[in-house]
Amino acid sequence: MLWYFRSVGLRRIIEFILLTVFAVFFAGPLLNLAVLAFSGQWTYPDALPHQWSLKWWSFVLQKEDIAQSISLSFLIAAIVTGLSIVLCIPAAYAFARIRFPFKRFFLFSFLLTHAFPKMGLYVSIAVLFYRLGLMNTLLGVVLIHMINVLMFMTWIPTAAFRNVHAAQEESARDVGASPLRVFRSVTLPMAMPGIAVASVFTFLNSLDEAQGTFLVGIPDYKTMPIVMYSIISDFPSSAGAVFSIILTAPTLILLLAAQRLVSADVLASGFQVK
Amino acid sequence: MSIQLSIKDLSKRYRTGEGVSDINLDVAKGELVTLLGPSGCGKTTVLRSIGGFLEPDSGDIQIEGRSVVKLPPEKRPTTMVFQSYNLWPHMSVYENLAFGLKIRKKSKAEIREAVAGALRLVRLPGAEKKLPGQLSGGQQQRVALARSLLLQPAVLLLDEPFSALDAKLRHEMREELREIQAQTGLTMVFVTHDQEEALALSDRIVVMNNGRVEQIGEPQRIYDDPASLYVARFIGKMNFLDGTAQGEFIRVGRGEFPNPKGLAGPVIAAVRPEDVRIGAADDRALSGRIKQSMVLGHYAEVSIETETGGTVRSFLPKDAVRELDIGQNVGISFAKTIAYPHTNESTGG
Repeated sequence: MLWYFRSVGLRRIIEFILLTVFAVFFAGPLLNLAVLAFSGQWTYPDALPHQWSLKWWSFVLQKEDIAQSISLSFLIAAIVTGLSIVLCIPAAYAFARIRFPFKRFFLFSFLLTHAFPKMGLYVSIAVLFYRLGLMNTLLGVVLIHMINVLMFMTWIPTAAFRNVHAAQEESARDVGASPLRVFRSVTLPMAMPGIAVASVFTFLNSLDEAQGTFLVGIPDYKTMPIVMYSIISDFPSSAGAVFSIILTAPTLILLLAAQRLVSADVLASGFQVK
Repeated sequence: MSIQLSIKDLSKRYRTGEGVSDINLDVAKGELVTLLGPSGCGKTTVLRSIGGFLEPDSGDIQIEGRSVVKLPPEKRPTTMVFQSYNLWPHMSVYENLAFGLKIRKKSKAEIREAVAGALRLVRLPGAEKKLPGQLSGGQQQRVALARSLLLQPAVLLLDEPFSALDAKLRHEMREELREIQAQTGLTMVFVTHDQEEALALSDRIVVMNNGRVEQIGEPQRIYDDPASLYVARFIGKMNFLDGTAQGEFIRVGRGEFPNPKGLAGPVIAAVRPEDVRIGAADDRALSGRIKQSMVLGHYAEVSIETETGGTVRSFLPKDAVRELDIGQNVGISFAKTIAYPHTNESTGG
């Protein structure tokens, strides 16, 4: 044992142990989920199911409201992402470039929606929505989703725009580009990785949102997470596992795509408030 | 010679109180004029006003006889090379160079030819497909130069373009810029805080201080005859000695020097180290004691403590220092002195 310590070093061994713990901690539940989704019968002390089966897959995929909820979820996520881009990107540009009073205050105000217990916030919003007739409407659901993502959608693009140096915009003006052309050809493409990442966050956040949707969208707007809650409570855990995998797939795909676009430190720089 | 750029009574003040006042400058076609001064002297303010990135409080800027002071940067016949962050990293070198031409709606063939020509001029032929991130700092600055050159501006503005580069590269770029200027005949305004760069590059130098012009002239003229104590301090190496002006002479210790400006009272005599001569100790000359002597390759630098308490540095041929010993008493004479009135301000620095 001693020779092993000496040749590898205590440091490497500790690193290895930590890494293993990490891997088990993160991958373990996912593995369990995957096994569960394909099991027909699985009782306690056994490490693996008695019977493998696809029956819960066909059960979940054949339920009509599930297919509907999937397309509804993607539709809502797309609308939420599109609308927040239209609203937040100009705001982000203003935060990055224009000096105005109380700028920091406004930037921090986006944090407010994350500062209170979500349910309390949603209930008070629901009261407002009742009066405005937005309960059980698509617009209501979209709005409640957007409250969650305003912060990402403003902070990350703000940082991205800040990383475009004034001299880079000025050089473009200098060779003859109008301010609009500068934005289109230089500023926006350079800030695009940050904007893309924020959009992916927004899309995923909307896809996963359950509390607000539950309050505002029921009964007509049942998104994937809502349907999943009812399935988990009404059917065996295998059905829930199948559904979790369906729900996780777009997340994984989009995150991998986002990772290709930008490095983690660019992501992190989105949260610097200067 | 026709005047390409004319700045008239230009003033611009920032809220901080910094800025420039009463700048007047005419630049002839094909001339390379340098705005020289320490940071905060206003040289960049002048340049950015010419480029259209700053709106002056008052005054006029004319290019080829036409006032441009109300035009935005994209409408001005100027292009600018910035100190850094010049290129657009998401575009290839070709796209960076072609951007301005595309806006001008040039044909593809024309653009390709102009880009290739500009890249040849900055000695980066065939770099079209590279991304800025794949180029070294010097190469990026060459591409930036090419991008500004190929639009054939009426005036090319350069804002400390080489200051981010290392010393050797800076030297090379200086020479190349001179060559490019000779080949293209472009009118250039160059901003720098590096007096050596200004002396090497310019047809004329504008020395600036505190938002005002101290002196405008050819490099040799500014070196030989600095118009003020400030310019004398800023350009080249200089010795400063306290003296007194009396009639036709300026006395520094026992030494006497001519007083062509007719000054009176306390003065400061400025002497270039290469104008300092060392001889045998003499009753009628300023005397001093050799403090230090260093041979630096082809010449030697000798420091002498004078009888008046100051230190004089002298550049001598290296053979001349062989006979000198540390501590030896010598007589000092000057081939040339320039005297400035002694003001309160002049004791500083």
